[in-house]
Amino acid sequence: MRLLTHNMLSCNIKGVTNGYPLTIEASKWMAKEVDFNGDFLRNIFVKIEWKVLIEAAKVMGYTDLPVEVDSSMLNSDEFLQKFHHALLEIHVEEGALICPETGRKFPVHKGIPNMLLNEDEV
Amino acid sequence: MPRPELQAPPEIFFNESEARKYTTSSRIIEIQAKIAERAYELLALPDDGVPRLLLDIGCGSGLSGETLSEKGHHWIGLDVSPSMLDVALEREVDGDVMLADMGQGLGLRPGSIDGAISISAVQWLCYADKSAHQPRLRLKAFFATLYRCLARGARAVLQIYAENIHQHEMIMSYAMRSGFAGGMVVDWPHSSKARKAYLVLTCGSTSSISSLPKGKGVDGEACSDGDDSEDEENHTDTVCMSEQNRARKKMKITKNVKGKEWVLKKKQQMRNRECAVPPDTKYTARKRKSRF
Repeated sequence: MRLLTHNMLSCNIKGVTNGYPLTIEASKWMAKEVDFNGDFLRNIFVKIEWKVLIEAAKVMGYTDLPVEVDSSMLNSDEFLQKFHHALLEIHVEEGALICPETGRKFPVHKGIPNMLLNEDEV
Repeated sequence: MPRPELQAPPEIFFNESEARKYTTSSRIIEIQAKIAERAYELLALPDDGVPRLLLDIGCGSGLSGETLSEKGHHWIGLDVSPSMLDVALEREVDGDVMLADMGQGLGLRPGSIDGAISISAVQWLCYADKSAHQPRLRLKAFFATLYRCLARGARAVLQIYAENIHQHEMIMSYAMRSGFAGGMVVDWPHSSKARKAYLVLTCGSTSSISSLPKGKGVDGEACSDGDDSEDEENHTDTVCMSEQNRARKKMKITKNVKGKEWVLKKKQQMRNRECAVPPDTKYTARKRKSRF
């Protein structure tokens, strides 16, 4: 599971209003190379919650992302490379995603998060 | 053989052996790929070469997702069957897949997705697999969260295998109730085998839906079963639902149920089933006098 997906995922349990962002607990992760595409990054930048991305990358030990960002930085190739790496190349293989409100853990196994809700949570 | 939806819930029906077929059967792969291509075409993403973030609902073994990757997009897939997702892992698909039930709602941030496709999956919502399931609530949860997570102007193209017209209407009505505009595009409506129905939904702008493409094979052109010849028309009318009855009317009863050949065949079938069957003699199925 890449951080791009994590940035969009939120907890779906009934009654939960503050289900985003899910905290990442990662016991195993890896970096996989992905083709760089500046257009995609510029396009998706507006949708990304930056703080969430930084926190998530930190869990995996990647701290190169700048804390303050604005759209002018999208012209810098160096920034785009870091953005690309954090967003698309870091893969969480084993671990869990934790709902901030209820503490419910969604396990991540072989890179696949299990987001199935129990009957009482629907 | 009844429909898959009537045999078992999807997470059980798509077990390991069924999932295997999606790696080994070239026929299944070809059909699914074709449907995915057509769904992508109906998605009508702007042709600017910019990769988008798409959603593949019921992504299964990742076949349809691969079509999206080929077009250069990033995608997130969800499926309820772990075996199918294992196949997706084996194929090393480029998109992120997750184990999730669409009837429980899509847990994605509002406005995060640029487009969604679904191949042969949404009709599973119409069947109550557990006593806690209520198809209507599941359809409602699915469409409401789908509408929420799509960006403004984005489209969702859902290819469905509805069992009957009642299901078609149920699915469409819940889609409309959630705020979607759109309609059904049906390819090859006169062929019971090649017929495919795509629910094309848009959120936000109404202008894009006034040009819903016409389904393929509508003008009575010939279609060899399972083979869609390329038909690039773009008219404004969609196909109405009454077309689907045409195939039935064309069926005639041509079976001859009284010949000697038929009787001998039937007796052989019964013997194969180990029933007590009198031996065939020169008297078998002999023409009797009319008053018999």
